[in-house]
Amino acid sequence: MRIKNLLAAAAAAALLAGTAQAADMTGITDTTIKIGNTNPYSGPASVYSTIGKTISAYFKMVNEMGGIQGRQIDFISLDDGYSPPRTVEQVRKLVEQEEVALLFQTLGTPTNSAIHRYVNSKKVPHLFVATGASKWGQPEKYPWTMGFQPTYDVEGEIYAKYVLENVENPKIAILFQNDDYGKDYRDGFLRGLGDKADELVVSQLPYEVTDPTVDSQIVAMKDSGANVFFNITIPKFAAQAIRKSCEIGWKPTHLLNNVSSSVGATLTPAGLDCSKGLITAIYLKDPVDPQWQDDAGYKEWVGFMEKHMPGADMTDVNYAYGYNVSKLMHITLDGCKDLSREGIMACAANLKDIELPMVLPGILVNTAADDFYPIQAEQLSQFDGERWVAFGGIIDASK
Amino acid sequence: MMRPNPVTPRLLIGFGAAIVFAAILPHLVSDFTSFQFTLAMSYGIALLGLNILTGYNGQFSIGHSAFYAVGAYTAAILLYHFEWNHYATLPVAALVAFVVGFLFGLPALRLEGLYLALATFAFAVATPQLLKFDAFEHWTGGVQGLFVPKPEPLIGGLSADQSLYYVALAIMVLLMGVAWCLLHSRSGRAIMAIRDNPIAASTMGINTALYKTTVFGISAMYTGIAGALSVFVTEFVAPDAFNFFLAVNLLIGSVVGGIVSIPGVIFGGLFLVFVPNFAQDISRAYPFVPPPWAIFGILLILAIYFVPFGVWGAVERVSARWKRKSAAGR
Amino acid sequence: MDLFLQLTLAGLAIGSIYSCVALAVVMIYQATDHFNFAQGEMAMFSTYVAWTLIGLGAPVWLAFLLAVGISFLAGVIIERVIVKPVENAPVLNQIIVFIGLLVIFNAVAGWIWEFTIKPFPSLFPEDLGFKSELIGPHHLGVIALTLGVLALVFAFFRFTRVGLAMRAAAANPDSARLVGVSVGWMLALGWGLAASIGAVGGILVAPIVFLEPNMMAGVLLYGFAGALLGGVSSPGGAVLGGLVVGVLENWVGQYVPGGSELKLTFALILIVGVLVFKPAGLFGRVVVRRV
Repeated sequence: MRIKNLLAAAAAAALLAGTAQAADMTGITDTTIKIGNTNPYSGPASVYSTIGKTISAYFKMVNEMGGIQGRQIDFISLDDGYSPPRTVEQVRKLVEQEEVALLFQTLGTPTNSAIHRYVNSKKVPHLFVATGASKWGQPEKYPWTMGFQPTYDVEGEIYAKYVLENVENPKIAILFQNDDYGKDYRDGFLRGLGDKADELVVSQLPYEVTDPTVDSQIVAMKDSGANVFFNITIPKFAAQAIRKSCEIGWKPTHLLNNVSSSVGATLTPAGLDCSKGLITAIYLKDPVDPQWQDDAGYKEWVGFMEKHMPGADMTDVNYAYGYNVSKLMHITLDGCKDLSREGIMACAANLKDIELPMVLPGILVNTAADDFYPIQAEQLSQFDGERWVAFGGIIDASK
Repeated sequence: MMRPNPVTPRLLIGFGAAIVFAAILPHLVSDFTSFQFTLAMSYGIALLGLNILTGYNGQFSIGHSAFYAVGAYTAAILLYHFEWNHYATLPVAALVAFVVGFLFGLPALRLEGLYLALATFAFAVATPQLLKFDAFEHWTGGVQGLFVPKPEPLIGGLSADQSLYYVALAIMVLLMGVAWCLLHSRSGRAIMAIRDNPIAASTMGINTALYKTTVFGISAMYTGIAGALSVFVTEFVAPDAFNFFLAVNLLIGSVVGGIVSIPGVIFGGLFLVFVPNFAQDISRAYPFVPPPWAIFGILLILAIYFVPFGVWGAVERVSARWKRKSAAGR
Repeated sequence: MDLFLQLTLAGLAIGSIYSCVALAVVMIYQATDHFNFAQGEMAMFSTYVAWTLIGLGAPVWLAFLLAVGISFLAGVIIERVIVKPVENAPVLNQIIVFIGLLVIFNAVAGWIWEFTIKPFPSLFPEDLGFKSELIGPHHLGVIALTLGVLALVFAFFRFTRVGLAMRAAAANPDSARLVGVSVGWMLALGWGLAASIGAVGGILVAPIVFLEPNMMAGVLLYGFAGALLGGVSSPGGAVLGGLVVGVLENWVGQYVPGGSELKLTFALILIVGVLVFKPAGLFGRVVVRRV
């Protein structure tokens, strides 16, 4: 009898151990949730470090308010200097040494590419990565990786469609950053133009991030006779391009990629007068735009910034971006009953119509087991010298 | 001081102890830490190449990231497109890097000091651009880079990380040995004579040009092997990993370890892997200290102040003083 | 032909910034006998100082002069405090210290002023009485001011005792010491001057590329190339070298097949090619070494 009891107990224990093994609870305790992140706090891409800082401030606020499901968030954000080998090292440190429950908002396309296979073989949720490449939404091949923002190539297609429908006899010049980000945008755009791409594109010029200016490219593009300019550049070069084309009197239909659509970070330095007429596709509320002054989401963000990030440069749209994505992580974990790695992944893949405070009204977060692109809609807008004016309704790439 | 280290019994004992320690290390630490040491050794091998070139032959280079990239991409292309065995790619990477280095050494013959440094620097700056070039995209994967699998463990019972650690250790020890033999041979004396007094060396009948280009090739070969190893470790190559920051880092590692030394490269490699992490830990622990990069800069300057001849230089000086003292006491 | 002219003028305009930085590079090389890799970041930092002064209400020219003055002091202090310990160390040790300074300045600037780009006002009036789409008033101002600084540098080294002493201290410290030159202070002075010229460069560059912590990295790269092309022993050559690099880069991008993607690569190959045939640069003196 006693032996039988013992056996039963042993079996029960084995069963328990078995279930514990099946549900991977690494990084989760009754009082804490460990979240890992890499961000370029040093080196050439450090402009994005504000995102990492915003997320840290956000989770600090969450902890002060009692945490998520009664658990404190232990947010560990490491510097990878935007160098892929360093990212591999830091992410292995987070996964193997710190034993985080999940990775969140690791930043950059080359850096995330370097860890893509590793995190999927380790079965660690790799959520809402900070890059617009399209490869983060392949649940069949990479079931543990999920993107966040609208993808670059889809945005490129949106502009192509706009050009075909609105510009008579278009002759297109493309300026792009010579890396995966630039080429993703360009390829999406060319695909959107379809068979006529070769004919319509009269000038395609790259630049390197280390180049001092893009002035000479602009001069050459003007000379090519182009009447449409697709500007795939980061804020510094976007501002240079806007100002230079204004200076030399080149006035094409100027399409500016979303990456540089911040009024405060790009258009103000370039000159608001020169920026008049720019067209872009946006999904965030621009912090500088007066139309959001009384918006509830905007006020929520301002409240957070004033209290938890005092002194920050609030014209920088990356703070709004960081706030949005943190909020999405918060919502995902908050509504998640099963906090195992599998459970968290399932929750992330089951977000329905979620509004984020600094995302444009009408653009909702939606994911499903076969849809790993949380935000897929953008709004074409034109700059009127003060703010982005929406036109033509929200374009949802998922539909 | 300027000569390679003579073999003394104490050095052999120290070396043996170091080997034993290195051999049991992966069983004392986690896979992740083994991986970090493997990374450090891959840098160490690259530094060995730089030390032979700069420390022993007097040719400056701020462009070794280019040779590192050559080795890395050679291995990655063979693995990705032709599914070669990992270890079979190493000799090919070595050969390709040697040829590239040798060819680069030809124009470099005409340049001295700063000009050579700039020419190599130009090479480092141009490398990512070439790797991204559309015409090569089919082979290099363009801006997206290439994924390669990690090598399977060589011996059952070892994890992939442990196995790779031993491979890197074996290669490093072997290459250190080769470097030692090279520098202690007749050729080695010629190499150093060219550094110390090129004109005297050539009057003595040393073919300066041939030596210099060959040393450039050998140096590139070492660095290329290191690059190939790094691919096994990180399982990924992308153009932007081989920018001039890497070149500058290699120079830093070389000087901090001791540029006129062979064992110093171990410390240089460890510095490159662990000091940035240490800087980050300091920066994270105290909210009001400057960002990690600034702390890294401060640590770097302090290292130069306190160990001006590199870590190995300091070890040699301390042991020399100790030897003198014990000789005087006798 | 029109495009050729436009590209050439745009190249000259960009080349003028390279020239300015090249001049600072040559300056410090003359005064201290080595290249300072932190030069660009120091210039960037000086520009932020000027930007802060403007923000506090200082007129642009006053902020410019103050920043140049502050940079001079900072240069002297950095030499005395940070560089002095490695004064007699091997050249590589000095280079590593410079790299250390580079990352410190870069990281601290980002820490204080953040990484978003900031517009920086031009020192020159927007209207010069004529209008050209090819080259703006700021670019003309950059060329003029660079030539002005060049003239001052030349006169300083050529006609003043301090200038002579500085050259002596850099070229042959031991002999200089024997004739009573305070080599240490000459080096510090050299650093001060180089930091000032760097500040001029930074303040001229910022209105074109926008002010941010990484603004000098690319410019310094081309500035180095310009300096070496012209010859590190020749300030005039450096200015010309910078202009040549600017123009060359544009021509390569337009006229060489595949050049637009490999602009930088081709430009560098050409420069290295020139150096192979003229190892001291186009205008540099060949230093004859005694055996």
